[in-house]
Amino acid sequence: MKGNSAVQTKPRTLKVDLLARVEGEGALQVKVKGDTVTDVKFRIFEPPRLFEAFLRGRAYGEAPDITARICGICPVAYQMSAVHAIENAFGVKVDGAIRTLRRLLYCGEWIESHVLHAYMLHTPGFLGYPDAIQLARDYPDAVKRGLALKKVGNDIVNLLGGREIHPINVRVGGFYRVPTRREFEPLLERLKWARDAAMETTEWVGTLPFPSFEYDYEFVALHHPDEYPLCEGRLVSNKGLDIAIADYEQIFHEEHVAHSNALHSTMRQGGKYFVGPLARYNLNYEQLSPLAKQAAKAGGLGAFCANPFKSIIVRMVETVYACDHAIQIIENYQQPREAMVAVQPRAGTGYGCSEAPRGILYHRYRLDSAGMIQDARIVPPTSQNQKIIEDDLRRFVQSHLELNDADLTLQCEQVIRNYDPCISCATHFLKLDRERL
Amino acid sequence: MDDTETRLVIGIGNPDRGDDGAGIAAARLLAAAAIPGVRVMEHSGEAAGLIELWQTTPACVVYMIDALVSGAPSGTIKRFAAHLQPLPAGLSGGSTHLLGIAQAVELARVLECLPSQLIVFGIEGTRFDFQSSLSEAVAAAVQQVAAQVQSEVLEPEAAQ
Repeated sequence: MKGNSAVQTKPRTLKVDLLARVEGEGALQVKVKGDTVTDVKFRIFEPPRLFEAFLRGRAYGEAPDITARICGICPVAYQMSAVHAIENAFGVKVDGAIRTLRRLLYCGEWIESHVLHAYMLHTPGFLGYPDAIQLARDYPDAVKRGLALKKVGNDIVNLLGGREIHPINVRVGGFYRVPTRREFEPLLERLKWARDAAMETTEWVGTLPFPSFEYDYEFVALHHPDEYPLCEGRLVSNKGLDIAIADYEQIFHEEHVAHSNALHSTMRQGGKYFVGPLARYNLNYEQLSPLAKQAAKAGGLGAFCANPFKSIIVRMVETVYACDHAIQIIENYQQPREAMVAVQPRAGTGYGCSEAPRGILYHRYRLDSAGMIQDARIVPPTSQNQKIIEDDLRRFVQSHLELNDADLTLQCEQVIRNYDPCISCATHFLKLDRERL
Repeated sequence: MDDTETRLVIGIGNPDRGDDGAGIAAARLLAAAAIPGVRVMEHSGEAAGLIELWQTTPACVVYMIDALVSGAPSGTIKRFAAHLQPLPAGLSGGSTHLLGIAQAVELARVLECLPSQLIVFGIEGTRFDFQSSLSEAVAAAVQQVAAQVQSEVLEPEAAQ
């Protein structure tokens, strides 16, 4: 950790304006009295986008394509949560090759998202660079490797999803079209390269300088006994939670807070909780492939990690897993006769939850007998992590009051990026104004 | 005509987001014109894919057309020689998590894989609502940019 200025004893306010791009903006305000942080507000000004209302009155078949538009980097997560929720309402079970292809598509999204975050957004801050362009001046080969690795993820989504961003090939019951074995062949060799590149990257990011910063978090993720979780399983935590997806709203609820346009999600009994790669890893280590476990070891991780700064290593372990799993799926692929299973609408409520790159994404739909959406509920991972981000910022600032403004700003940015929230896209997005009282 | 004489035109944007589809609309006009020696492609503007596209699609000149948000009146057209200087940040910078084309250009410049001639046209947009169409001023600008690119391709000396 950098910074050696004297401990501030006067009351002060750290005011951080978050300069977002077109889609929204936020801010951080920290109040300190004496040596104590008295208030932290991580504010998100992202305007409400009203997708839940937008879905009302739409046919069930439109949900995957409409919800995919919520995010440009994790549209597959929205599609997968949507189709599973609607299939749950209709009593449809998707299995076999179509289920496996859904996992393959999700692997593509994890690779894209994790590699972008690790190389372009997170690593520069650890090494003292303002952005990936400056990082590339000193580490050109690493950045080239990152770009090529991300492209492999893009290629999976492009082939199976129909296009790289906002894929169009996903439907309730399966796909509009499934690729032939021959179409997958060129991807196989590239994935083998990507698997090696992800292993190298895991080792590389394992050498980054991580602050000592651990906490007794409640991690929440999907858990499936037979596989690393993507689309199915039960919701579990390291503190005893173990529920069906349909019971999500019995345990979790969203509330509006005055300083954020994104709803804060909490557990009704336990308060704040932590979702994302670190939660998945800690709750599903045994379900990783042997190669992914080997990567974790090479990156310096044990079976459990409570330092959110090390989430960058976990993202790369999951990238190794995604490449490894994708290779396995393609090598064993037998093109199904039909691209989808039959779907018959019926009135009811359905629940779906999948593991978006940055954590659990919950969908609930109430449909009428014709399959028209009467009501929708969508809870993205970023809203679930907001409270824990504020909590981390509070503890981090409290334990690093000796840092000067510039260093504290940089470190606060990294604290936020640990969670890869949807506002962390701007590489250099915090501006710190310190008001001395 | 070999690859070294090929011109590559890349329309950037999202056709479902109003004026963000300006680059795509211009590219489609140029594709429909079927100009010999001109290859036309559409792209989201995602940095890694764009850099790979530049590397894997040989061309002596690359034209990119994108929506721009700079505060200028709607439909204002700007032309940048991106191989000579950085692009302004308002090009394709509107999406969370995605690096825009300005960053793609600078990353490629550092990594020494920028096209030797990269001309970028920016069309100032004002309406980016989901499922909206091009605004009137932008639709007119799209026609104008397509005509200008066609002119530059057919008379490269005049474009210098």
